[in-house]
Amino acid sequence: MIKFKNIQELIALANEKKVAIYDIVVQYEAETSQVPVDKVINTMKQNWQVMREAVESGIQNEGKSASGLVGGDAKKVNDYLGDNGKSYAGSMPLKVAAYALAVSEVNAVMGRIVACPTAGSCGILPAAVLAGAQQKNCDEDAILHALFTASGIGMVIAQNASIAGAEGGCQAECGSAAGMAAAALVELAGGTPEQVGQAVALALKNLLGLVCDPVAGLVEVPCVKRNGFAAVHAMLAADMALAGIESVIPVDEVIDAMYKIGLALPKSLRETSEEGLANTPTARAIEKNLYGKAE
Amino acid sequence: MRGVFDIIGPIMIGPSSSHTAGAVRIGLMARKILGEEPLQATIELHGSFAQTYKGHGTDKAIVAGIMGFATDDERIKDALSIAVSNGLKYQINTTDLGDVHPNTAVVYLIGKSGRMTRIVGTSVGGGNIRITNIDGYDVELTGQYHTLISIHHDRPGVITKVTSVLSKYKINIAFMRVSRKSRGAEALMIIEVDEQIPDDVLEETKQVRGVANSFRIPPI
Repeated sequence: MIKFKNIQELIALANEKKVAIYDIVVQYEAETSQVPVDKVINTMKQNWQVMREAVESGIQNEGKSASGLVGGDAKKVNDYLGDNGKSYAGSMPLKVAAYALAVSEVNAVMGRIVACPTAGSCGILPAAVLAGAQQKNCDEDAILHALFTASGIGMVIAQNASIAGAEGGCQAECGSAAGMAAAALVELAGGTPEQVGQAVALALKNLLGLVCDPVAGLVEVPCVKRNGFAAVHAMLAADMALAGIESVIPVDEVIDAMYKIGLALPKSLRETSEEGLANTPTARAIEKNLYGKAE
Repeated sequence: MRGVFDIIGPIMIGPSSSHTAGAVRIGLMARKILGEEPLQATIELHGSFAQTYKGHGTDKAIVAGIMGFATDDERIKDALSIAVSNGLKYQINTTDLGDVHPNTAVVYLIGKSGRMTRIVGTSVGGGNIRITNIDGYDVELTGQYHTLISIHHDRPGVITKVTSVLSKYKINIAFMRVSRKSRGAEALMIIEVDEQIPDDVLEETKQVRGVANSFRIPPI
């Protein structure tokens, strides 16, 4: 039986068997869920299909969410991107941001998405993988490998820290998603298992402490735009790792730190909408307008 | 450790796994427990469900579940108008159930034969749910397993006979729970199992002396 309880063990297993991280993850899933490998791969294929469709429909979306707070921003970024030479960040970061906004907007307008790891952070991984795969002309197999790599990372984070905003704040949702996306991008680029680990450490470290303070309790503000930022962030972490940068703090210690920070965060900043952005005058006014009463 | 598809997955309709996908599953479970086409539904939303249901589409999601829509069905956002055209009468109320989980709903259903049921469901995160009460009985049902529910007379031996039917058909019990309103009165047993429950098994459990009725709920 394949077993790993942290990322170091996952990397060690891959190295010992002279395979990639995704091989270990696929094998683990097939063994523990007692489902044949081809079925496991097929389920991921279906997930990828939905992820891609969400990018494609979201990038065209001009509709607003039920609250009216979000919708149409992916298209704005995409149109701006088409306007050559205007942007500071350049085409790749803007593209990945537009894709992430697209998926998050699809989520906000009650469209179909894949939680990865959650619905609130559903834009980051598909955006990074799609933009990365387009740039590198990757085939579907390579994309699936990247997704399994990301999932293995997410499994460890869920086990040793948290992937729920109510438990660990937004670092647990968008932070975890960025770590997963960075891992996927390193895999897409043909990086080593060690580089995958470095990318996760780099991506997570820089989002530690991020609180979950959604306006009016909705998965909209700041969530949707944050997906855009976090996708760019993941790409930068992957590039740093591929360039050979190493995190001084090893990835599993970063995850452990994330867990402890989550515990230290007050409940008012863990998805309860009591403090932070949710407690600004504008947020309270929005809430009053939506629900007819102020909290 | 969670599985690969707990991290990348499920495929769902947004915006919230707890307030939308979980809510669909509460509606679906209510429908399965009713066991027939519902004609009337009254939904009471508590806590965070009551406060944010409009923004999260929790009302649409529960109604969609009651109509049998899956959590990834793109019709969820139009569920209320679809209910009207399908002839499902629904009412959405907000309530305060006291010290219970903030994402809790009570669903009353009346089916086409007149059968009624009242369930209490809680969305516990990540789209997972617990049904905590069925028709006044405290239960704990996740909807993740094939489930056999029997209503029986609370007396010695009934439970053994029901479980021996399962054992005869080599059906493995994952979880079980018995609850009763008072000693010697009507009791309810919930058995979550690993395998599908065939018709024969259901019929045989109904034949057990002391069992008033039994029904099965597939996983949702």
